[in-house]
Amino acid sequence: MAATEQRSYVGAPVPRKEDARLLTGQGTFVDNLSRPGMLHAVIVRSPHAHARIVGIDTSRAAAAEGVVAVYTGEDLKSEWQAGLPCFWPVSEDIVMPTHWPLALDKARYAGDGVAVVVAETRALAKDAAELVDVSYEVLPAVVDIEEALADGAPLVHDEAAGNRCYTWSLAAGEVEKEFADAAVTVSERYRQQRLIPAAMEPRALLVDVMPATGDVTVYSSTQIPHIMRTAFTLVLGIPEAKVRVVAPDVGGGFGSKVEVYAEDMIVVPIARRLGRPVKWVEERSEACLATIHGRDVVQHIELAATAEGKIRAVRVRLKAAMGSYLQAVTPGVPLLGAWLYGGCYDLAAYDFLCTGVFTTTTPTDAYRGAGRPEATYAIERAIDALARKVGKDPVEIRRLNFIEEFPFTLASGLEVDAGDFHAALDRALEILDYDTVRKEQAERRASGATRQLGVGFSTYIEMCGLAPSRILGALNYGGGGWESMSIRCLPTGTVQIVSGTTPHGQGHATTFAQIVADKLGVDFDDVEFLFGDTAVSPTGFDTYGSRSLPVGGVALWHASEKVVAKAKAIAAHTLEAAEDDLEYAGGRFAVRGTDRGMTVKECAFAAWHAHNLPDGMEPGLEAQHVYDPPNFSWPSGCHIALVEVDTQTGAVFLDRYVAVDDVGRVVNPLVVDGQVHGGIAQGVAQALWEEAVYDSDGNLATGSLLSYLVPSAAELPSYETDRTETPSPTNPLGVKGVGETGAIASTPAVINAVIDALAPYGITDMDMPASPERVWRALQEVAK
Amino acid sequence: MRRISFTVNGAAREVDVEPRELLVYVLRERLGLTGTNVGCDTSSCGSCTVLVSGESVKSCTMLGVQADGLDVTTIEGLATGGALHPVQQAFHEHHGLQCGFCTPGMVLASVSLLAETPSPSEAEIREALEGNLCRCTGYHNIVRAVQAAASA
Repeated sequence: MAATEQRSYVGAPVPRKEDARLLTGQGTFVDNLSRPGMLHAVIVRSPHAHARIVGIDTSRAAAAEGVVAVYTGEDLKSEWQAGLPCFWPVSEDIVMPTHWPLALDKARYAGDGVAVVVAETRALAKDAAELVDVSYEVLPAVVDIEEALADGAPLVHDEAAGNRCYTWSLAAGEVEKEFADAAVTVSERYRQQRLIPAAMEPRALLVDVMPATGDVTVYSSTQIPHIMRTAFTLVLGIPEAKVRVVAPDVGGGFGSKVEVYAEDMIVVPIARRLGRPVKWVEERSEACLATIHGRDVVQHIELAATAEGKIRAVRVRLKAAMGSYLQAVTPGVPLLGAWLYGGCYDLAAYDFLCTGVFTTTTPTDAYRGAGRPEATYAIERAIDALARKVGKDPVEIRRLNFIEEFPFTLASGLEVDAGDFHAALDRALEILDYDTVRKEQAERRASGATRQLGVGFSTYIEMCGLAPSRILGALNYGGGGWESMSIRCLPTGTVQIVSGTTPHGQGHATTFAQIVADKLGVDFDDVEFLFGDTAVSPTGFDTYGSRSLPVGGVALWHASEKVVAKAKAIAAHTLEAAEDDLEYAGGRFAVRGTDRGMTVKECAFAAWHAHNLPDGMEPGLEAQHVYDPPNFSWPSGCHIALVEVDTQTGAVFLDRYVAVDDVGRVVNPLVVDGQVHGGIAQGVAQALWEEAVYDSDGNLATGSLLSYLVPSAAELPSYETDRTETPSPTNPLGVKGVGETGAIASTPAVINAVIDALAPYGITDMDMPASPERVWRALQEVAK
Repeated sequence: MRRISFTVNGAAREVDVEPRELLVYVLRERLGLTGTNVGCDTSSCGSCTVLVSGESVKSCTMLGVQADGLDVTTIEGLATGGALHPVQQAFHEHHGLQCGFCTPGMVLASVSLLAETPSPSEAEIREALEGNLCRCTGYHNIVRAVQAAASA
């Protein structure tokens, strides 16, 4: 390819750079790594949800074959300068109980660690863990949010009266007046069941130490190597410069690996004490207990509307389960949805209040969408309830209420930069062939068919691309929201991206290389992606909240601009031309009107040997850019589910799923579609199958993949996807986030469809998951 | 310990294993074939799927000693002569993988399916892959990849 030829990788469905090693079994997942002399740790966990630890006898375990050490919390207490960090103390009134990595006095959820066994092999460590004899005084459990708030409920933490963690509110406009004046009001109560993130790779850690220097290297299945590095200093007091965190290939995260976990702060001190590498790998049933859960919120949403169904105000009251402790951002998860309970609708007034509640359950935290699926579910179901009340079609009620002019300041205060909600709805209706579907539905209703059809809508907007640091600061979040990217042009013409965000399946290596290849006019294959190792990529805020492209990608774009600007100065100097006389295209600076020119690659070589650079210019062609976004990213769209409900068995079948998303400009449609597909599957799974169930004693009844129903290919359809595009004016790439859209949009679409199918029976509510039993019971109830 | 002899990715291997040791750990820890991943402890996820005598088997459902005398293919043994197997190639072209953790098992289950049913319908593909969980792709592109490999 001639250097001057205009290339465009951005926008093309380029197959991924990442695939070759993952397809051939060369993935570097943490459990695939080992070190000479490596020991294995196994955590002894409380079988009780709430129990006082009376005594721990480790003597039999310590004497078992292959055991090197056994530690209780008391044994390791001196290592911990602080408990596990929660980075988001959302309010003045928040109660933040100290979260010791191993329970010292009480176990507060089934799975809370109480001791750790270290042995020569994993099997021997596991055998010996069975020999640790813990005496418990069992205390009453409390697993239900509303029971936890009731008078006389068992206290999870003595310092949190009434099990209240915090209250947080956001209000704007004359809400009381709007409700008083409203011709129509809607009042709905929804339950966001508890979910288990279930990334396919359970968590894993390998800690390597250099006793002579005190250096610690932590290989971790984490989404946040940089934040983890800081946490080791906060909790263990290890100088941050001595800590290296490596996130190699990570087998999915979905928020569950945006954490500083107890095991991190257990295994590192053990490795330091023993002076040997130590590995810990979570088993799946252990993961169900010990890795964070998502959702678990009771939602009360009210709408005030005009007689024709124009929404004037939204009032929201949440009770959100924190679980037993506050993990990295546990209290903040509901806040990530706090601006979105008005959805994509034009309101005059807004009132949101959330109460955080402790229960004797696994801690909750961010799970794909984090706060925004909950908000979207509530408003999208509530607007259907409003449609029923005012006798409008779900499409009509949405069109009546859509925000139509951009930028638009939400009643809840933030500014949506771009969107076109009608366009996405139009396209989705066209794909679905709405009129035909409604006709068939009417026929089935008329004939009393066993299988009734239901159509459900979700016209969503979400805020992602976390996040403007100033806003995070105003919300009392402990860190920033910027991202760092560097581009390094090597002497022989290949290019390295050094990324502050760390992928775990999202295709960063490909997407980012597309951006750089276009900007610098180099081959896609000549761009390498370095990530996930704080020694290689020292700066970053990591991967969550659909931020990698709208924050990291934009940082990369700016870094590319810096590289091009420096290369241009080198080219002008070398070609003895004025910079203004150079034209840049396809990676080559040409002197206007001549055949003389110089490529970026040639500039890189010139910058390296530095024989003839402009006076005062530093040798080398590389640039870093740290980008702090001025606004959140605002993807939106319309999802439609078409379900059949078997009215005899209660079984729900997802026949079709249409998704039209506006994620701004698309860098790689293959990757974007993949993100949408995966998100849809997770959101549909919440609607139809998944639920973490505790019994009243606090035992997790869904503690493995046998009982926690992660769907397979057999339960899901192919998805019918398309896009509309309103480029984000906030950033020069015009991009928006996409990682969470599917999970945010899909859940209400499915439940709205189930309710629509059951409308002839007078059913207007359905808890999740809409299991055959729930649907069947609802039908029996109305038949009475 | 008991010595077993079996063929792994075309090569004869002899290895001492504990009688309680699952095949997946024999492959991963005794033979260093870490391409086969462990995603659960209930034989639910299929991440550890390998081919035993050409058929897909979750390698956590077999003891190592049961593999004595058999022919095992892991993901490391699928590509031959430097070229990806058509199923691997199709997963690449159709973006049938994201984090890649379920991928070795998903690919081998697909290879096994196509050996038995060369031209499966979409429903047959979905049914055949029921024992292999993926949390990233929503399965859409996995199904596309298997369809493409079938017609390759």
